[in-house]
Amino acid sequence: MSVLNVQNLTKVYKDVIAVDGISFSVSKGEIVGLLGPNGAGKTSTISMILGVLEPSGGNVFIDGKDIVKKRSEALVRTNFAAVYAQLPGNLSVYQNLMFFGLLYDVHGIRARIETMLEKFDLKHYKNSKVGFLSSGEQTRVGLAKAMLNSPGLLLLDEPTASLDPSTARTTRESIKEYAAEGKGGVVWTSHNMQEVEAVCDRVLFLSHGKILLEGNPKTLAAQHGKKDLEELFITVAREPLSLDI
Amino acid sequence: MYLFRGSPTRYVQLFVWITVDIVLWGFITKYFTESVGAEFSFVTTLLGAVILWDILSRAHQGTTMPFLEDVWSRNFLNIFATPLKLPEYLLGFIMTSLFTTGLVVVAISLFAAVVFDYSLFSLGIYLAPFLGILFLFGAALGILGIGLVLRFGPPAEWFTWPLAAVLSPFAGVFYPISTLPDWMQTVAYLLPPAYVFEGMRGVILTGVISGGSLVKGFVLACVYVLLMYALFTYMYRIAIRNGLIARYSAEGP
Repeated sequence: MSVLNVQNLTKVYKDVIAVDGISFSVSKGEIVGLLGPNGAGKTSTISMILGVLEPSGGNVFIDGKDIVKKRSEALVRTNFAAVYAQLPGNLSVYQNLMFFGLLYDVHGIRARIETMLEKFDLKHYKNSKVGFLSSGEQTRVGLAKAMLNSPGLLLLDEPTASLDPSTARTTRESIKEYAAEGKGGVVWTSHNMQEVEAVCDRVLFLSHGKILLEGNPKTLAAQHGKKDLEELFITVAREPLSLDI
Repeated sequence: MYLFRGSPTRYVQLFVWITVDIVLWGFITKYFTESVGAEFSFVTTLLGAVILWDILSRAHQGTTMPFLEDVWSRNFLNIFATPLKLPEYLLGFIMTSLFTTGLVVVAISLFAAVVFDYSLFSLGIYLAPFLGILFLFGAALGILGIGLVLRFGPPAEWFTWPLAAVLSPFAGVFYPISTLPDWMQTVAYLLPPAYVFEGMRGVILTGVISGGSLVKGFVLACVYVLLMYALFTYMYRIAIRNGLIARYSAEGP
């Protein structure tokens, strides 16, 4: 069953088409990578899924709820973490998690916070202000917040960008574990192609607002005559017309 | 509440300006009373007016401040991507403002009573509707400020602070509305505080006040709250359409 259904989604800013009629879905237990060069339309797509950017056309359904018509019902089943959406630095880790837990109507919030603190190795920083933490620690707090409400749809925009290799691996495992439980689907953006290959079940390559390629990250590069996913990414970014699609 | 608990200095900004105002106007009224004689009650008219006006300003800033905290901490995307509904978001600000304004009312009542022997409660039962009207209109100004920052971005923050001050000449805080030229009087009677300050002078000078004018002030204040809510919703829709909320977090101020 699809937790996310994007249908013919379009965003036009004056005369610039940021997202050009894309359609895709994400199933429960699936991790889908949204890849593409800067300006390809990834962040606009995520913003529209989160309801913070109005589509010019098309629809987004989260667990069958239209994000425009039933915004609150759709968003209570969603959560996200992004490098550009830090949590307030003047609140402690616990206060941030409590604040967002209440907004997402998380039941048994105190126990859930303790579980998240344990899971992301944040117990030691429970009462520290988020602004005083390192960027890697802040990323982990963002991930704890993102998984606080056990979302049906988890959106992660470069979730491991500022993590050291060891923490990045633990984080990837946590998210894979979460998807494997089958409670929710994950949309993942990253510029780390090795990571994408290790984590994602399916990838979508975006270029100029359109989905150019879609498939299994382990086989997609070979299907298009490329050595690996990174080479395929570079081709999509520089010479998309040279691809046999 | 977490922010107030985490940083007690936030309480300072609640009280500092209003205390300075009371001290300043307290001594001015004392000087006037000593110079002119005790025929006219400067303390009750001027000091009372200053306190009531400061309460309106406090309600205005109390509504805007928690929103600006979200702007300063670049928390927009996190907030607007939650299931929180717009009326709930604004109601949260108004409730916070009610709390901080309540604290200020208690503190300044005590301060004015101890230092200048002036009791805000000398306005009797009229104090409650006066405070109600001023709080509602202050909250309406706060919502207007929030809408402006949402639409025009963090640089529009400067525009939110003087909103109440810009209206004060029309509101008849220190003088009867009849003192104003005709066009200003027309504007004055469109503003709820004008009914409060006219009423306050009525209570002090004659002991009576028109119930009709209080009702008019209250209804007007409610209309302003609804109008500003509608304006905020409109600004929000523009921000959602243009991607301003997403960009606030992505690019910062």
